[in-house]
Amino acid sequence: MTVTPLGIPRRLLEFTIDGEPVRAPEGSTILDACRAAGKDVPTLCQGDTLTPKNACRVCVVEVEGSRTLVPACSRKAEPGMEVRTGTERARHSRKIVLELLASSVDLSTTPKVADWIKEYEAKPDRFGPDAARLDEEPRVDNDLYVRDYDKCILCYKCVDACGDQWQNTFAISVVGRGFDARIAVEHDAALTDSACVYCGNCIEVCPTGALSFKSEFDMRAAGTWQESEQTETTTVCAYCGVGCNLTLHVQDNEIVKVTSPHDNPVTHGNLCIKGRFGYQHVQNRD
Amino acid sequence: MDLHFGDSKPTDDERAAVDALLGPPESSWEGAARDEMQAADLRWARGGRAARDRRDLLLPGLHAINDRIGWISDGALDYLCRRLTVPPAEAYGVATFYAMFSVKPRPATVLHVCTDLACTAAGASDLCAGIEARLGPGSGVHVERSPCLGLCERAPAALAIKAGEPVRTAVSAPATVHEAVLAASAPDSAREEPPAALAVPQAGEEELVLLRRVGVVDPSSLDDYRAHGGYTALRRAFELGPAGVIREVTDSGLVGRGGAAFPTGRKWQATASQPDHPHYLVCNADESEPGTFKDRVLMEGDPYALVEAMTIAGYATGAHRGFLYLRGEYPRALRRLEHAITRARARGFLGEDVLGQGYAFDIEIRRGAGAYICGEETALFNSIEGYRGEPRAKPPFPVEKGLFGKPTVENNVETLVNVLPILTMGAPAYAAIGTERSTGPKLFCVSGSVDRPGVYELPFGATLGELLAKAGVRERLRAVLLGGAAGGFVRPDELDIPLTFEGTREAGTTLGSGVVMAFDDTVPLPQLLLRIAEFFRDESCGQCVPCRVGTVRQEEALHRIAERTGAAAAEDIALLREVGRAMRDASICGLGQTAWNAVESAIDRLGAYK
Repeated sequence: MTVTPLGIPRRLLEFTIDGEPVRAPEGSTILDACRAAGKDVPTLCQGDTLTPKNACRVCVVEVEGSRTLVPACSRKAEPGMEVRTGTERARHSRKIVLELLASSVDLSTTPKVADWIKEYEAKPDRFGPDAARLDEEPRVDNDLYVRDYDKCILCYKCVDACGDQWQNTFAISVVGRGFDARIAVEHDAALTDSACVYCGNCIEVCPTGALSFKSEFDMRAAGTWQESEQTETTTVCAYCGVGCNLTLHVQDNEIVKVTSPHDNPVTHGNLCIKGRFGYQHVQNRD
Repeated sequence: MDLHFGDSKPTDDERAAVDALLGPPESSWEGAARDEMQAADLRWARGGRAARDRRDLLLPGLHAINDRIGWISDGALDYLCRRLTVPPAEAYGVATFYAMFSVKPRPATVLHVCTDLACTAAGASDLCAGIEARLGPGSGVHVERSPCLGLCERAPAALAIKAGEPVRTAVSAPATVHEAVLAASAPDSAREEPPAALAVPQAGEEELVLLRRVGVVDPSSLDDYRAHGGYTALRRAFELGPAGVIREVTDSGLVGRGGAAFPTGRKWQATASQPDHPHYLVCNADESEPGTFKDRVLMEGDPYALVEAMTIAGYATGAHRGFLYLRGEYPRALRRLEHAITRARARGFLGEDVLGQGYAFDIEIRRGAGAYICGEETALFNSIEGYRGEPRAKPPFPVEKGLFGKPTVENNVETLVNVLPILTMGAPAYAAIGTERSTGPKLFCVSGSVDRPGVYELPFGATLGELLAKAGVRERLRAVLLGGAAGGFVRPDELDIPLTFEGTREAGTTLGSGVVMAFDDTVPLPQLLLRIAEFFRDESCGQCVPCRVGTVRQEEALHRIAERTGAAAAEDIALLREVGRAMRDASICGLGQTAWNAVESAIDRLGAYK
């Protein structure tokens, strides 16, 4: 049995969300409290294993007394706060953010975004056919994973996972500025010339599918990727003594990608190159 | 951290540039010759944590390479990273953030030609075309169209930077094709810049407070500064004690002059009372708002005043280190302040024991490298610390967690300089200047369609019309831009707006940083608005979606309606409003939140596109 550390008891803060009184432990974000109260707030750059950069601004809510909207994913709850999640003002900003993203980035593999676009009545086409897009080609420079930056919303999660929040490899960074900002390694070189250790923890946190297993990328290109037909089996990595959990995604009796449960108290979804990519021996049937 | 480097090697010049800043390398891991060291040294950077603690030298290091070579090669960047134990990907991200750096080869000389509002109105496009035609390919000069260079009183302006040892700069303003080309090809023999006092039409007038020494004292002489009342305020500060200084500043009603108008005394009090140490003082001299040049004139004309004011601010808030973040495009202000700080240090006005009072304080200058966003207070911290100049989420606020995560007070140059008269004349006398809610004197940067452009000092409460009359506004005034690109336009029939924070707010506009730019009807309004939109698109850091993509969509819409009016423009104007509203509501920082202000005011107040 896994023992989950409970930590020191935390004070409960009382405040309101959409007029209803809620209580949340001290240190919670508004988003934590919203989710606990069953309110749906869309998120993109927020991840369960990372401190969000609050860059996407799709989770904005209204807080009484604040001049601007605040990002629910990052703002800590305070006693007496009056939070409103579904006001016209908040919904307007979310709609525009979805339109801005969908008109410049390929969101075809971003989960839930199609539903949000419908829910918020976003019309990305209204910026016209000449609206600038990222226009990036997929970067296929190694056998393990592909960086398709046409799908990148610049959420910073891969940079944070590669850097000081998890892996401490610092192989990638945001480079350039403004609309021209991209994720890249130094000198915009190929991944094989960088500090990348191929742990794939960036793929684990990527919310849009911009980073994907080469196997997934190839199957999608060939039209054979069928998520509904895949099974997920969580097992223990056999390589070393740490005992990380692996979730094997299997389609047609072949492993097509490997993830790791984010709620694992030791690894929080992180793996190394062997656990993430070293599964070929399993299906070596000769 | 497991650093990985490629095979690129620095040239001798690049290595020398970095070593001049950081000292010679100690281990062969850092690049020292192998034979001098034991083999074991190859395996690690001796620096370790100590080297990582010098991450804030990354930006000065990039400057050192760029100044010497003109651009930053792979080998040079890797060498700098080795010396500082910085991951090359992160350093590459920082180097590509700033407009003044290039990671691609380019000629040693870069000529920045300002194409911003005041300069465009003064014919910058023709100037640029002329310069490019004259220089042609292979001239060894790279011509760069630049945002506002802060030389609006002498528009159109150009700044030449010739890399080498030492780097040379020359300003040509007002620039002609001939003079700009001369400045670029031979910066040393270019005509000397006129003294800063020429930017102050009121120079020498009795009633001046902030500008009273500009053009009167020799900006290089500490003795002259003292002979004109310098360092009396610091002595007064030592008499009052830190709490007394904060009380005086609070009672004076001084609010920040950088644009946000936050009460300075409250900021100082909040920083001084933080239990966490050390405290830092940061002077924001990254004056990049198009149309603003008052801080440059103050720093060039009266540099010791800023040194003294920073010392007082540090004393009051318990800081022993002050950082002066100076705009990269201000070479003369840099020279003057470097000189002033050195002199003040040599004479005991800075250092371990300021004026024998047992208080230690010193000032370090950090140069910006061409990024408007670094004028945002938290982006400025990231820039100094050696990270990309992206704003941080607030809270926590700088008074609690600022530079290096420590309590920090950050003030604009003009705000700090106001502290001197507050201490010398006393809070009540200072508060008697101006209006009840906007106290003290205020500097205004007047440019555009006026006969006497420059920095004007008026007590708060004078009207826009009075200011423009002083500056000799020309006939056929079409619009006045208040507060710069992040400000708003007003009509020629609104000249009775009182120039106070509350007065401009009531009139639905802003005082911002004190920009007053007059436009006559020869400049097509849609072109001005397009330039403002271009500016924000270029200067958005790219961190948050509303600003990163919103500024692009707004520029596209303004392009579409540049030649349209009425119903033909209505749909795009509705689009602009919707995007603008989300940018104002949902952007992380003030850049995105205010990027749409000026265009909106032109549509609503001036009837643009009607």
